[in-house]
Amino acid sequence: MGRVVIDVMPKPEILDPQGKAVVGALPRLGFTGFTGVRQGKRFELEVDGEVTDEVLEQARRAAETLLSNPVIEDVVSVRAAEGAATGAVGAGA
Amino acid sequence: MRIGVVTFPGSLDDGDARRAVRLAGGEPVALWHADADLHGVDAVVLPGGFSYGDYLRCGAIARFSPVMGEVVAQAQRGLPVLGICNGFQVLCESHLLPGALVRNDHRKFVCTDQRLRVESTSTLWTSAFDAGQEIVVPLKNGEGGYVADEATLDRLEGEGRVVFRYLGANPNGSLRDIAGIANERGNVVGLMPHPEHAVEPGYGPGTDGLDLFTSVIASALVSAVGA
Repeated sequence: MGRVVIDVMPKPEILDPQGKAVVGALPRLGFTGFTGVRQGKRFELEVDGEVTDEVLEQARRAAETLLSNPVIEDVVSVRAAEGAATGAVGAGA
Repeated sequence: MRIGVVTFPGSLDDGDARRAVRLAGGEPVALWHADADLHGVDAVVLPGGFSYGDYLRCGAIARFSPVMGEVVAQAQRGLPVLGICNGFQVLCESHLLPGALVRNDHRKFVCTDQRLRVESTSTLWTSAFDAGQEIVVPLKNGEGGYVADEATLDRLEGEGRVVFRYLGANPNGSLRDIAGIANERGNVVGLMPHPEHAVEPGYGPGTDGLDLFTSVIASALVSAVGA
């Protein structure tokens, strides 16, 4: 069974209130070295069989139509998960 | 006039929207997210709430529900469509309106009686207002910050498609204090505040919200006489 991993991040120019909340909480726990946090999403799509180029292409289309909103988010990568049957590493989107 | 109100799993204000339609003199028609057609309604309201639990992004999954395929197709042909709060988010996700709604900049849910200015009376949903009229309707959202790129914001302003603007302190970080916008044709309007909660004396802050519903009913009468 193969797996495609998709990472989506808020666009740099879009305010990320969740990231701001996290960066505010870090120093209270003693993690003082971090000046910024942005929070995104990771999707794992499972398929029967190998992650072929065709599967990756479908995953890219799904990432652009449903999994992200291009107004506020960027799809930063679409790739076959490490350890998938093919061992293939897809190119980033 | 028969006005459909769509209920998605997680819709919250569909009952109040149907009530507002009735008080304005229209006939409310309940539509279900899985409906493949619109039962011949003359207009559609997408109500507030948390469709599909706001999973993925607010409105993102509702946008691909069976009923929305037909709403999008008919809206592009001129069907009047009003999206309130979550309905506005669905309209943006559907690309019937530009931009997107993101989490409030102060990260808190807001629930207040909100002052607004009616910036455009040339849409099918705002013709009964006076230009520049100030109204008060409830506002309640966690993800109501309107964002779009500068070019889109300039185009909306230049084409008179900013329909409602927040007055007083900006409640959610919306760019240029934008509370509601319209498509180019003026048949599709989306706004974060809730006009359907301000339609009857004694319930809510007043009856300013009723005019959105009377506007679309009056527009239908005008076009019927014109035809």
